[in-house]
Amino acid sequence: MSATAAISIAGLSHRYGSLTALDGISFDVAAGAIFGLLGPNGGGKTTLFRILATLLPVQEGHVRLLDRDVAREPAQVRRFIGVTFQSPSLDRKLTVRENLVTQGRLYGIARRPLRNRIDELLSRLGLAERSRDRVESLSGGLARRVEIAKGLLHEPRVLLLDEPSTGLDPGARLDLWLYLRTLQRDAGVTVLVTTHLMEEAERCDTLAILDSGRIVALGSPVELRDSIGGDCLTIDSPSPAELAGRIAEKFHVTPRVIGPQLRIETASGHELLREVVEAFGPEISSVSLAKPTLEDVFVQRTGHKFWDESSSQEK
Amino acid sequence: MSPVDQIRDPKSEIRNPFLLAVWSLAARELVRFFRQRSRLVGALGQPILFWVLFGAGLHGSFSPPAWAPRSMTYQEYFFPGVEVMIVLFTAIFSTISIIEDRREGFLQGVLVAPISPLAVVMGKLCGGAALSVIQAGLFLALAPFLGLAMSPVVVLEVILFLALLAFSLTALGFLIAWPLDSTQGFHAIMSIFLLPMWLLSGAIFPAGNSGWLRWVIYVNPLTYGVAGLRRLLYSGESLDAAPGLPAMSVCIAVTLVFCLVCVSISVWLANRRTSRDAR
Repeated sequence: MSATAAISIAGLSHRYGSLTALDGISFDVAAGAIFGLLGPNGGGKTTLFRILATLLPVQEGHVRLLDRDVAREPAQVRRFIGVTFQSPSLDRKLTVRENLVTQGRLYGIARRPLRNRIDELLSRLGLAERSRDRVESLSGGLARRVEIAKGLLHEPRVLLLDEPSTGLDPGARLDLWLYLRTLQRDAGVTVLVTTHLMEEAERCDTLAILDSGRIVALGSPVELRDSIGGDCLTIDSPSPAELAGRIAEKFHVTPRVIGPQLRIETASGHELLREVVEAFGPEISSVSLAKPTLEDVFVQRTGHKFWDESSSQEK
Repeated sequence: MSPVDQIRDPKSEIRNPFLLAVWSLAARELVRFFRQRSRLVGALGQPILFWVLFGAGLHGSFSPPAWAPRSMTYQEYFFPGVEVMIVLFTAIFSTISIIEDRREGFLQGVLVAPISPLAVVMGKLCGGAALSVIQAGLFLALAPFLGLAMSPVVVLEVILFLALLAFSLTALGFLIAWPLDSTQGFHAIMSIFLLPMWLLSGAIFPAGNSGWLRWVIYVNPLTYGVAGLRRLLYSGESLDAAPGLPAMSVCIAVTLVFCLVCVSISVWLANRRTSRDAR
């Protein structure tokens, strides 16, 4: 474990009966970083998130948050983490302010500072005018913002957000990320977000890609994309397997067959593109050339698509 | 001053975070209750209806048990039983919300807060017990119509005993509701366990001399709740030597032990972290 790690995970495994949700995961999150946990639904993100939030027991391995063992000192860990769940955690019968007051009292915040803090968060998150409304009368996006305010109320040093942009419109999503950056810069808060959105993953400082309970890639979004090489060539073909064999033979590259598509990572995509089309034009229905995306990283590391049906069986 | 400094400001330090957390959760119970009028009607209306209907229906066929004055009507006999029913129903309604809290997600937020499991349990129990006492207290106002003259001291004693009973039954509800994921499950347990427990507590008919039923009533902790309440309501009169009615000290002792057991199990349950809590 490095001295500056805010979150340190070593050999973490978790099973639900015979189903393995996490399979020997290890990584560190640097203090003050915005760390993204990217993966398809069912990849183990939520399980890992819930272990970090002290909701699930640590079955095997070690998890430390700000140098506290989550299994041994959950009470200390709870004090400095702020948690925003993917599923709602608000009392729908209470007003926005009542929800936040209830939460603030659970964290032992006295009346006056609590009132100031709630006012500040409500105005920052654009909720000031709805503070007296019951949560059940709010739209999904507004309720989501209240959830986020709830997680931030006690000024946590580590913020855990499970799919934070679910239900937020693009404007609110942008605001949220700007605010996360502000927290990181001004208060040195470490942020861990889980997401299945590539666009959101791009905004993180460091990214771990999780698939079938394993970390398949770890690094900054730029590093991960660069690890693939120059370009990414995607070819649609009626007979992809056969074409892959022939391309491999002729151009000494290793295409991967994913459904009806072939993917080739190569340093100089435009040359290969021309040659492949010249050689095998009739067998190609469409072809595209792009800089690699995080999705390409995922595909390269796992050998299957991000939205693959077979990998979406969460507990 | 930035909000960070304000929160860490020693002058605004909270003296007792445990009590604040309990108050936070209990206050929420009360607010929720008064926002759902149907719950008020259900918890208070049904017992009153039972009292009036059973009282009228069984009026003729009731003969007072050995310890009771000859003049006791069924409505009078049934009165403490209805009080306990109100407490039981309120306890059921307020603990069934644990299942809703779990399903709606509120509970997960509470479970990641830095509060002890005892605070989680106490918040629920204080809220539920307060609601029980308020409602049972309202029903108590009908006592003078039965000719039960109660001094302020007696009223206070009755309220305190109701509070103890309410606490115990809410704790019983808590330990039943905590492991369940569906309110239907709770309704099933209510029908086969909680209601019979009340029926066989001397609330609705006296123990009598018949074999097994007498034993069931004898081992039912709620019997001592009903009997204790009965004794307190008749404090001025000579139920002291009444055979077949447990002594006041026994009633208090049994109810206290029952309360402690239920609260302990509830705290133990709330302290566990299992995969189930992650739903």
